[in-house]
This record gives sequence, structure tokens and C-alpha cells, in this order.
Amino acid sequence: MAQVRPARGRRSLGLTLVVSEITVLFRRLRTWAMIGALALIPILIAVVVRVSSDGAASGRGPAFLNSITQNGLFVSLTALTVAIPLFLPLTIGVVAGDTIAGEANLGTLRYLLVAPAGRLRLLLVKYAGAALFCFVATLTVVVTGAIIGALLFPVGPVTLLSGDTVGIPGYFVRLLLLALYVTVSLMGLSAIGLFISTLTTIPVGAMAATAALAAVAQILGALPQLEWLHPWLFTNYWLGFGDLLREPIVWTSFADNALLQFGYIAVFGTLAYGRFSTKDILS
Amino acid sequence: MRSAHDERTAREGATGLAIETRGLTKVFGRQRAVDGVDLAVPRGTVFGFLGPNGSGKTTTIRMLLGLAAASSGEIRLLDGAMPKDARAVLPRVGALVEGPAIYPFLSGRANLQRFDAADRHTSPSTRNARVDAALERVGLGHAAKKRAHAYSLGMKQRLGIANALLAPRDLLILDEPTNGLDPQGTREVRNLIRSLSDDGTTIFVSSHLLAEVEQMCTMIAVMSAGRLVAQGTLDDLRSQGTARVRITTPDPADARRILSGLGLVPEPHGRDDVVTAELSVPGLQSEAVNAALVRADVRVRGLEVSGASLEDRFVALTGEGFDVAG
Repeated sequence: MAQVRPARGRRSLGLTLVVSEITVLFRRLRTWAMIGALALIPILIAVVVRVSSDGAASGRGPAFLNSITQNGLFVSLTALTVAIPLFLPLTIGVVAGDTIAGEANLGTLRYLLVAPAGRLRLLLVKYAGAALFCFVATLTVVVTGAIIGALLFPVGPVTLLSGDTVGIPGYFVRLLLLALYVTVSLMGLSAIGLFISTLTTIPVGAMAATAALAAVAQILGALPQLEWLHPWLFTNYWLGFGDLLREPIVWTSFADNALLQFGYIAVFGTLAYGRFSTKDILS
Repeated sequence: MRSAHDERTAREGATGLAIETRGLTKVFGRQRAVDGVDLAVPRGTVFGFLGPNGSGKTTTIRMLLGLAAASSGEIRLLDGAMPKDARAVLPRVGALVEGPAIYPFLSGRANLQRFDAADRHTSPSTRNARVDAALERVGLGHAAKKRAHAYSLGMKQRLGIANALLAPRDLLILDEPTNGLDPQGTREVRNLIRSLSDDGTTIFVSSHLLAEVEQMCTMIAVMSAGRLVAQGTLDDLRSQGTARVRITTPDPADARRILSGLGLVPEPHGRDDVVTAELSVPGLQSEAVNAALVRADVRVRGLEVSGASLEDRFVALTGEGFDVAG
């Protein structure tokens, strides 16, 4: 059998591994638990505001909170503002930190590499999976917010930050852009998580380190004494999506953010490859 | 025009070895886990890779498969150098390394589909059929849809073997394939290895179980404390050991004298009527010993020859004692 078998077929592009990665990611209970928890944020905000909506707008609380009673569409915005500093980075930390370390911990990494998946290819596939999760996580917050907002509050044309008014379809286009903006915002953190994940075989450690870095970056970003450092922090533009809510849209922060995140991807992607390509897989 | 097969045969004819290492060494800190190993595994053999726990077998296998980098030395696997040609060589190699590894939240079938997808030389259109065939082959057909975390140790082991059989392979590297299997399972694995070998697959089996290797393999290599201490056919290795003769006689003193006269070294024995000695003189057979005893009127009640067992040889090579080599 072995002798008469002709040379193996041409190699495919290898997209099946991407499909497999996404399938495995979304077959995990953990992934759905995190998505469920993210969906709870807008639901919680909307319900709390609805139940106590008799009180006048106090002007306190997260951005956009006080606009919710007038227009349910603002639930998504409020929820994003709440999720970006803490909960989104936490879930990204879990997914990105697990990428390589999780496989190493299960021992499945050696079988993927012996298959052979190729180390660079595996890293790219893992990063693609983490990136998709960023998008799904963000979209979950936005879409759940839109639905629960429409259910509990009046919905109508939205007044943007620039004072102009857009209709509901226009608003949804903005929300989609917003989801993209936040996804791009999290790309740098995902790359950091991927790199940390190549350093260890203990996924929890990589997850915690990634999430902790997000917290540290935000703390540094809040210290005015470190203003020189701020433009270099991957968290610098995290809450800078306001420009997408102007008419016409101001793209500067989107571009600046994308460039910064790309820099992080380049640096930490290279580090991850440098580490992983020569790593002895002993787990 | 020559077919791909002819070309491959021509290329392979160059060495005729499926695995070849030269001076393979792996250093962890100050420890030489693998030290100057020169393996030569001919194509088509079932090759046993023996050694006590901690003797460097798995580390060697990791280097063969490109999972760990060698500190020094060369590796040739099939037609390629490892790890340089890993992308061309590894699709033709099936492996079970240091036990199976599974995604506990996936079914047995989904686990195999995942590993198969990692190899981009395999065809997605035949994936389901190949996965199911591999599961059948190891007797997991009925448990294919069960989540793998519910698998017993033996079932996980079978899944690991099935993973090595997802595509037709030229070389199988199986690290302790019968670990955790019940006697039936062990037997099935032995039969499986035999039938794969009949198909022409070279099979490299590591084990610390002598009996198992004796039943399956035609050639073996023995590792001890990171070094390769023996390599050859099973018969070669057995014949390197010396047989022993055990004589039961009411005249032990006379017997000892005769044996000494033949150049043997009689050993002290717990029983007065028993004399033992190694047949350490080249060419001296047990029948000659018997004839000499009878000629000298030594009464012989029994004469037994214990051939050198592989176990004796193994212990002689790797040392007595229960301590794991560190």
C-alpha cells in the first residue's frame, strides 16, 4: 500500500484549519459563557435604567446613559463604553492568552505540529480566531444593546455629537462602524496575548497576564504625568470612537487607532513568531 | 517517463533507512538527555525502541518529529532532513507521542477532524471517510460521537493511534502504544501493527515492555541514560547474551572441579546439590559439559540450560535497580 501510493495531492490553501479553529473556539462552552456575559451588560443597563426611569437624568454615570430614556438606541453606546475598559479586554485576554498555551496544556499542540500544521501557519490561524472573537464579542454588545433598547425604550432618529440628526438606518451603519472600531482597538491586545501565550504552557497565566496588561495600560493612560507615553499605549484610542458619531464622520481617530494597533500587531506578532518558531514543544 | 513511485524508490534506495540519526544529542541545562545517538531504522521493519523510563526515548522521538530541536547531530526521516524538510516529510509520518492528547469538549470524531485539518496535504473531501475508517480500525466506531472527556484511558489511547492512521503513512512512530490498554486492546494493537507492517509501513515503536517488543519487533535499539547501548536484530541481541548451565548433582564438589577444568567459573549456589555457571567459554556447548561430567563419573540428576533471555540482556545493558535514570 505505502509503496504504490503516488505522491500526495497538492497542498490546499489550508483554510480548513481556520474553519477548524473557529469551530473549536465556538464549540467551547467557555466562549459562549463569555459572549453571554457580554450580552448581559446592555441588558443589565437597559433594565436598570427602565426600572428607575422615573428619576430625572442626573448627568452622572457612563457616557450616553442619560440619553437612553429618550432613545433606546443609545443602550448599545452606553454598553460599549462600559465594556471597553474592563470586560471586553478580559474576554480577549482569555481567548488570546489561550491560543498557544491552551493547546500546549492539552498536549494537542504536538499533534497539530506533527500533522504538520506549520508553526507560522498555526500562529496566523490562532490570531485569526482571536480576531474573529473580538468582532463577535463587540457585535454581541452592540446588537444586544440595540434589541433590548428597542424593546424597553422609544426608538427614533438620533442626534449625533455634532448636532446633526440621522435616521435609524444611518444610525445602524454608525453602530457597525463602531463595532469595527472597537474590534480594531482590540487587535493590539490580541497580538500581545498571542505572544504571551507562546511563553508558557499554563493558559490561565497567559490569560491573566494579558488582561492585567490591559488594566496597566489604562492606568498609565490615566496619569497626566505620563502624557508623553500615552500615544504609544494600545489603549489610547479605546474610547475615541466619538468621531464616528459626527456628521460628516471624522476618520482621524479611526486611522490613528488602526496605525497604532498595526504597530502592536507587527511588534508582538514578530515576537510571537520569534519565540514560537524555535520553541521546544515538550508538553 | 518514470513514475513518482519509481523516483521515490530510487531516492530511497540511497539509504534504505526510514530513520537515521547521527550523533543526535539533546542537552537540557547540564543534563544530556540524549547523548550521541546513532539510530538506523531500515524501511519495512517493525523496530522496537527500548529503554527504561527516563532513558531519553521520548526526547529522541520529539527530535525526530521536529517538536524539539537537537542540540547537535543530524536526523534523516524518510527522504528528508529534519527539521528542515518537515513540511514534506511529516505528512507521510503518523505519530503517537507521549500519550494521546485530546480536546475534551469535542467528540472523538471531531478531535480527529481537527488534527486532520491541520495537515494541509490531506483532502477535505475525504476527511469524514478517513476519520471514520481510522476510528473503526481502532475499534472506536461506536464511541465516535461521544465527547472525548468521557473516554477511558484505553479509549483515549485508541484515539491517539487512530490519529496516526488518518492518512496512509510510510512511517509510524508510536510512543508506548499499548499504554493503558487492556489485554484485548494490547493484542489488537499488536495485530494492527502487524497488518500495517504487512502493508509496507515502517513502524518505530518505543516501549519499556520487553515482552511486547519481543512479540512485535524484528529489530530493536536499546537506550540507557541517554545513550544507545545496543542496536540490531532481536536474534543478534539475544545471542550476545551468554547462556547459563545449571547442574543438579549429588557430587557438587566434583562437578565444580570438572567445570573449572573446562574453563568455566562455577558460582556459589544456595542449594548444596546445585552447581551453576555461565557458558562463558566460546564454542563450549552444554552437551560437551554434560559429556565431561559423565566421563568423570559425576552423577548428573539434571542439566538445564537457560538461554540468555532478552530480559537478562536488557538488564545487563541498562543496569539493575529501580531508580529512574536522572
